[in-house]
Amino acid sequence: MENQSVISPYKIREIILDQSKRAHVGHIGSALSVTDILSVLYGSILKISDPDDPLRDRFILSKGHAALALYATFYLKGWLTKEQLDTYCANDSHLGVHPEHHLRGVDFSTGSLGQGLSIGVGSALAARLKKTSQRTFVLVSDAECNEGSVWEAAMVAAHQKLSNLIVIIDLNGQQALGYTKDVIDLNPMSKRWQSFGWDVHDVDGHSISQMTEVLSGLNTNSETPHVIVAHTTFGKGVSYMQNKIKWHYWPMSEEEYRTAKEDIAKLQITNSK
Amino acid sequence: MRNTFIQTLTELAAQDPRIIFLTADLGYTVVEPFANRFPNRFFNVGVAEQNMIGMATGMAEAGYIPFVYSISNFACLRPYEFIRNGPVHHQLPVRIVGVGAGFDYGSAGITHYNLEDVGALRIQKGLKIIVPVDNEQTKTALLKTWNLPGPSYYRLGKGEKKQVPNLNGNFDLGQAQRISDGKDVVFICMGTISHEVIEATDALSNKGIFSSVVIVSSFNPSPEQDIVKILKDFPLAITVEDHYITGGLGSFVAEVVAENGLATQLVRCGIRGLVEETGSRAFMNDKYGISSQKLVKTAIDSLKKIGNAKPSHLYNSSYTQTV
Repeated sequence: MENQSVISPYKIREIILDQSKRAHVGHIGSALSVTDILSVLYGSILKISDPDDPLRDRFILSKGHAALALYATFYLKGWLTKEQLDTYCANDSHLGVHPEHHLRGVDFSTGSLGQGLSIGVGSALAARLKKTSQRTFVLVSDAECNEGSVWEAAMVAAHQKLSNLIVIIDLNGQQALGYTKDVIDLNPMSKRWQSFGWDVHDVDGHSISQMTEVLSGLNTNSETPHVIVAHTTFGKGVSYMQNKIKWHYWPMSEEEYRTAKEDIAKLQITNSK
Repeated sequence: MRNTFIQTLTELAAQDPRIIFLTADLGYTVVEPFANRFPNRFFNVGVAEQNMIGMATGMAEAGYIPFVYSISNFACLRPYEFIRNGPVHHQLPVRIVGVGAGFDYGSAGITHYNLEDVGALRIQKGLKIIVPVDNEQTKTALLKTWNLPGPSYYRLGKGEKKQVPNLNGNFDLGQAQRISDGKDVVFICMGTISHEVIEATDALSNKGIFSSVVIVSSFNPSPEQDIVKILKDFPLAITVEDHYITGGLGSFVAEVVAENGLATQLVRCGIRGLVEETGSRAFMNDKYGISSQKLVKTAIDSLKKIGNAKPSHLYNSSYTQTV
């Protein structure tokens, strides 16, 4: 059931843990939250024969603070060497906490929340003007929807009928200082997007099969942009990180790292049963 | 100036399908020539300037040359961080077209005054700032810059129709244009406020004080070498801008003076203090010391202050050159 993706979400998680530990940095929980989404996108959905191909699908990690999950995916795709990956958060590197377009495979630099979707709208509109079949995927966080610009973009995308635009919301219910329901309650997220004229799909953001089915079944020649509300668990796979605010920023100790690695191994075994 | 810009752009768009026009719901009776001729390349994205810059970023990456249009503040201050992280960081050919310089919007008030744009944008690396002075130069500047790599900002005056004498529409990116060669004082100015400067220099010449006028029409690249060369001949330079005196033309010239160890006394005319009132463009320019009458007074006072108030006899009003 879980082998439909050619990019192992468990390997992505292992790399996230290894690199976070080596660099002694945080944003681990956010990266673990989007791991399965990236596994599906880069495993079977995005049409990218080459990261430099101008006719490729575009992907924008609007929640740029999950960039480590993207680097891990690029490494597993063969777009990054191990030497490059090991420069994560090092001096003179293109692999910072937030993605930089100077790195091959990164279409747009992100990190300031609320900017990626607007760029995605332009990208999708350009593809339509050029009459290509390119699609644009934008991964946003739920708390990112606090930004008014997200809704500016959502309105224009619906008005322009950009069905080649696909937004995925990482609905993990957390943000930097608290749970989203306590900061700015965005419930019901799906209905909000529906009311903005989008084609909405709720999925389990950790189910490879469900996400693959929904994403591959989208009609990108319709008249409606698509949003996938991916219900996720912050810190997915690491027992002590799951749904804990602390792990938005916190780096791991040696012992926490060992536990996390064991947890990921257990997750893989559980899911393969 | 707006109409000249749109007409010229429409002609360019006929030649190059990469040109796209986005407006944040502004430009009534101005943008129609483009909209009517190229309806499929014209997008009113609504009153949402941040999103407009983001969209332009995505379109430019895909190979288009998007021109985004609004009143200057809305085009460049509201979406400032989008400009920084988008066209500037990615060095994409997004063209930001801002209408209204200084107090152009008169009684519309502070929300519509454009007093910070050059200062705010001059610090963005690789963002070309183009400040035409009249219709002829608007056309030349657009024709010479529309297709350059990287992002640009055009600061367009709203209603100015006068032509600057002796300029003949000349524009060269990164160069200053000297349009007269009096020896007593040099005025350095940008954009449509230059017409006040020219009036002032005419009035000064009647008093036996002869001025040079230098027009700065671009920053990033900025005409540093031209300014150095000119200032070496003058004990007094007066910068004039319809902009706060910090960050814009006066600051640029001050940087040039300081970094090159020049002996020229610099007087910066521009907006000082917080603007709290409203009024016509002429009223506001006068109140803030950048009307022709106020500039005459500033020049005379400044010359007295440096002890060099004697008129020279070297004035030649027909002189023009690209320095």
